[in-house]
Amino acid sequence: MTTTTPKTGTSGSTPAPADQVTFTIDDVEVAVPKGTLVIRAAEQIGIQIPRFCDHPLLAPVGACRQCLVEVAAPDREGNVRPMPKPQASCTLEATPGMVVKTQRSSAVADKAQHGVLELLLINHPLDCPTCDKGGECPLQNQAMSNGRGTSRFHDVKRTFPKPIAISTQILLDRDRCVLCQRCTRFSEEIAGDPFIDLQQRGVKQQIGIFDPGVLGFAGSEPAEVYRGVQPDGTPISAATGLPSTDPADPAGPAGMATVDTSGRPFASYFSGNTVQICPVGALTSAAYRFRSRPFDLVSTPGIAEHDSNGAAIRVDHRRGVVLRRLAGDDPAVNEEWISDKDRFGFPWQGLADRLTAPMVREPGADGTRGELRPASWAEAFEAAAEGLAAARAAGGVGVLPGGRLTMEDAYAYGKFARVALGTNDVDHRARPASAEEEAFLGHHVAGSRMSVTFADLEHAPTVLLVAFEAEDEGGITFLRLRKGVQGGRTKVFSVAPFASRGLERLDGTLVQAVPGTEPEVLDAVGTSSESSVSAVAEALGPEAVILVGERLATVPGGLSAVLRLAERTGARLAWIPRRAGERGGVELGTLPTLLPGGRPVADPQARVDVGAAWDVERLPAEPGRDAEQILAAARSGELGGLVVGGLDPADLPDPAGARAALEAVGFLVSLEVRASAVTELADVVLPVAPPVEKAGTFLNWEGRPRPFPQALTSTSMADHRVLDALADAMDVQLGLATTTEVHAEIDQLGGWDGGRVAAPAAAAVEPPALGAGQAVLATWHLLLDAGRCQEGEAFLAGTSQRPVARVSATHADRLGIASGQGITVRTPRGQVTLPVAVTPMADGVVWLPTNSVGSAVRRTLGVDAGAVVEVAAASTVTTATTAADDGGTL
Amino acid sequence: MADDDITRRDQAGEVGAPRPAAEYESLLPGKSGLGEILAPAAGFGVTFASMFKPTVTEQYPYEKVPTKPRYHGRHQLNRHPDGLEKCIGCELCAWACPADAIYVEGADNTPDAQFSPGERYGRVYQINYLRCIFCGLCIEACPTRALTMTNDYELAGPTRRGMIYEKQDLLAPLGDGMLAAPHPMVPGTEDDDYYRGDVAGPVPEQIDWVAQWRPEDESLAALRPAGHEQSEAR
Ligand code: SF4
Ligand code: SF4
Ligand code: SF4
Ligand code: FES
Repeated sequence: MTTTTPKTGTSGSTPAPADQVTFTIDDVEVAVPKGTLVIRAAEQIGIQIPRFCDHPLLAPVGACRQCLVEVAAPDREGNVRPMPKPQASCTLEATPGMVVKTQRSSAVADKAQHGVLELLLINHPLDCPTCDKGGECPLQNQAMSNGRGTSRFHDVKRTFPKPIAISTQILLDRDRCVLCQRCTRFSEEIAGDPFIDLQQRGVKQQIGIFDPGVLGFAGSEPAEVYRGVQPDGTPISAATGLPSTDPADPAGPAGMATVDTSGRPFASYFSGNTVQICPVGALTSAAYRFRSRPFDLVSTPGIAEHDSNGAAIRVDHRRGVVLRRLAGDDPAVNEEWISDKDRFGFPWQGLADRLTAPMVREPGADGTRGELRPASWAEAFEAAAEGLAAARAAGGVGVLPGGRLTMEDAYAYGKFARVALGTNDVDHRARPASAEEEAFLGHHVAGSRMSVTFADLEHAPTVLLVAFEAEDEGGITFLRLRKGVQGGRTKVFSVAPFASRGLERLDGTLVQAVPGTEPEVLDAVGTSSESSVSAVAEALGPEAVILVGERLATVPGGLSAVLRLAERTGARLAWIPRRAGERGGVELGTLPTLLPGGRPVADPQARVDVGAAWDVERLPAEPGRDAEQILAAARSGELGGLVVGGLDPADLPDPAGARAALEAVGFLVSLEVRASAVTELADVVLPVAPPVEKAGTFLNWEGRPRPFPQALTSTSMADHRVLDALADAMDVQLGLATTTEVHAEIDQLGGWDGGRVAAPAAAAVEPPALGAGQAVLATWHLLLDAGRCQEGEAFLAGTSQRPVARVSATHADRLGIASGQGITVRTPRGQVTLPVAVTPMADGVVWLPTNSVGSAVRRTLGVDAGAVVEVAAASTVTTATTAADDGGTL
Repeated sequence: MADDDITRRDQAGEVGAPRPAAEYESLLPGKSGLGEILAPAAGFGVTFASMFKPTVTEQYPYEKVPTKPRYHGRHQLNRHPDGLEKCIGCELCAWACPADAIYVEGADNTPDAQFSPGERYGRVYQINYLRCIFCGLCIEACPTRALTMTNDYELAGPTRRGMIYEKQDLLAPLGDGMLAAPHPMVPGTEDDDYYRGDVAGPVPEQIDWVAQWRPEDESLAALRPAGHEQSEAR
């Protein structure tokens, strides 16, 4: 630390601008913007004031009193007068002429800080050896730097029974808590989820849950404490695993949880952040409890692979095993928060079904397809090259890379398809999609990097969500929106069938739309005087932002209507897909009509451009088939082969048809991390590296490149390297073996300022007429569901939402069911039975989670949002657990 | 002997130091008379004299001589009097180790598998004796006195792998009246009671628990007199 005055232009002789205040800390003059807290100003000149409750992203409270400093300020006459008592520097705004003395120059401040620490430690347990925070604990550190070496307290410490499971993931050791309220403030200010709060008084004051057992009221059963996990990772406590069964309110967490301040079982997608910001080891996560120490861990920065936000994370690993992930600090993207899915959903990368060696199919002697057997890379490449050459001759090869690719991998898939396979049949969209969407992406999204950013969401006066559930499909996008709303800057509208809990927490206004009628509603904005849309019409201006989700692709005319709306109002439009690789795929050419940089395949100049960069004479000029057409062509034998990346047939609009296509196709190459439904049908399986085992770059929904280094040492290869080698075996040089080569080529190719794909102008279709007992299906993915990338984490699964079906009150009456009773949704293909939650929404609509336990809509029902389904009261009341067995799902 | 007793000579002992230019000149006073004549053989006097002194050679490995009681030998992971392990897997020993010889992984104690008092136990415990320098800092760091050093110094082996001692190699053998872990803590106690030494040995509940879940356990035999099982039907 330095004690010299920093040579900033604003200090000293130059007078500070009007909105700056100049004051001194420890005899150093500082100039800071008006309103700056003293503790922040001190940080700027490198003076560390000890603190617990202060957090730059939370409102100041002054709860812990650890940051006391001695302050003197000029009075009305301008005489600098000392304040009578030390002041908390985290709640104190700097004023001109203030004289602050921290522990470094003031014995009074130092003594005050020692006193506070001593008080904090009086009842603090001697838990450090077993405490997860040990080694990275601000209390430990500050007790050493600003506390007494020995304790003068020789009495019995107050204790509480050991950890209470707030949810299956979050555990609370009340006696370690220093009552800083960071966790409660996070839940209130940032996430908007009711959590736990301070209760009791004096020495018994504790952060906790309003449970008579916890509070020790006479006659109550003592609260259940967490009892650990089995060595194989299964939770054993009764407080985990079982769904809470409140018939009146079937929504809520899937696992047991304690009640929150609103009296409901605690459920939050962001609760993991409280573990990270708790300055002591009071809040811990069941997944990481007792697993390691900070000095064991090697930390590598990373980017979360679960959604299209590209949140910065820190991957902590030991001996080649990832033990935890923490939020990274990136003010431009995720600030310091990540969703629980990003935080805890990492075990999938190391599960036992990881593919480690290439496999080729050994044809059976009896002419059957035979079995897969491990092979060398050379053999596998040769087999794949031969098979693909034959398949190309027999009609062509389609490429389905899947939506989770890094930019580098997406680029390689696009180039591989065009150069090695000579086709534009490549589509990364492993979800319901449409030609209209393809045109929308080519017209509006490709090449429009960073037109809307996270910061814009927080500052836009109006944000309109269309087919986008901010919390479930957006993760931390929701937190940014909420920050704007909380700051009084942003007003949120959502075109959706009902107001979700997420929308309520955004103080959002629902613009009700039955699935399929979104184009109608959007077209009405600004053109009709209907009261439901007039508020939106008024609020939408050039400063406004429209966020559209990938689901709108399933609504004919939806994206066309959104484009029209944006044009009409001047609002900026951003497309937020769910998967991490979608935006990268759009930009780097894994769509049948787009070459890298948003160059339309149909544009001869674009083809020449790319062909020159790729050093090939000509590129295929025919726009290719999209994913559904590729699968249909494979099924009918039109295509001779398929190259499939990380894609789960169950995510496709027609899982059964996709499976049939994979079975029927002549030659199937699979590039996968873990054994999947594609693996068992493949002729050649090439294992590829998961994100922790490769370096790469995700392109988030803003279009912001999010590069990440390789965290674990590994022999696995990234997709682009495997494709490069495979092309080599086919005598084609892709030149994409290393990320450096890929980057060089992308840079060389540069952007495209030529024409874009024309805007889509698809017509909306009339909503179908409903017969008796029928309803329109509304559906979207919950953030935590039965997805393959969340496997292997039982604690996280316990914090997911219990799957429920939603219908309106009138609708429920008509069906003769009440909340908590079973409802069956049926199509000719199958049926889903879930407990119903009566929700204010349009009659004649039933909502189901797309892919939750017991509710695999696409796989079981074979339909998507907007479809007409049969609805009936379930013959027997079924809970989510038994529904899972019925549906025969995961 | 303090350092200042030694007078350093310039350049003494330095490799490659230039030889002193002057002729060698002994600083000892020379002998004279008979002494000077016998001087060449006088050195043998020491040899002859030792022939009549007791031998100090140790016939290791045929005879093993005990070390001093506080000799730093192989580590040991101790147990509480009821047989539960003292180690809580806190990794403080690993942290303290200057040679990075210790590797620990903690895990949850559960009602079905309670290895140590409290919530946490050491699931993996390894000491690499190719690295350990026997400084004893780990012993000082251990908060539960789980880790101590024995006087066993015979630490040599042909393989690297064999020199990494695992938890089962380091755990103290069960003492008299101890019951092999895992088994529940003494009912009504907390980990603090164990640390204070309030637990003197296994209680019948613990013995019954082991009898129920691991009837073949060898440590049971000493604790349950024959014929006792029948009377203790559950
Ligand atoms: S919170 Fe910090 S000081 Fe308290 S027991 Fe845990 S590591 Fe020790
Ligand atoms: S649990 Fe942690 S974050 Fe919450 S009040 Fe206590 S110390 Fe602060
Ligand atoms: S031996 Fe002691 S210091 Fe080492 S992990 Fe066990 S309890 Fe901790
Ligand atoms: S940090 Fe200032 S009162 Fe807590």
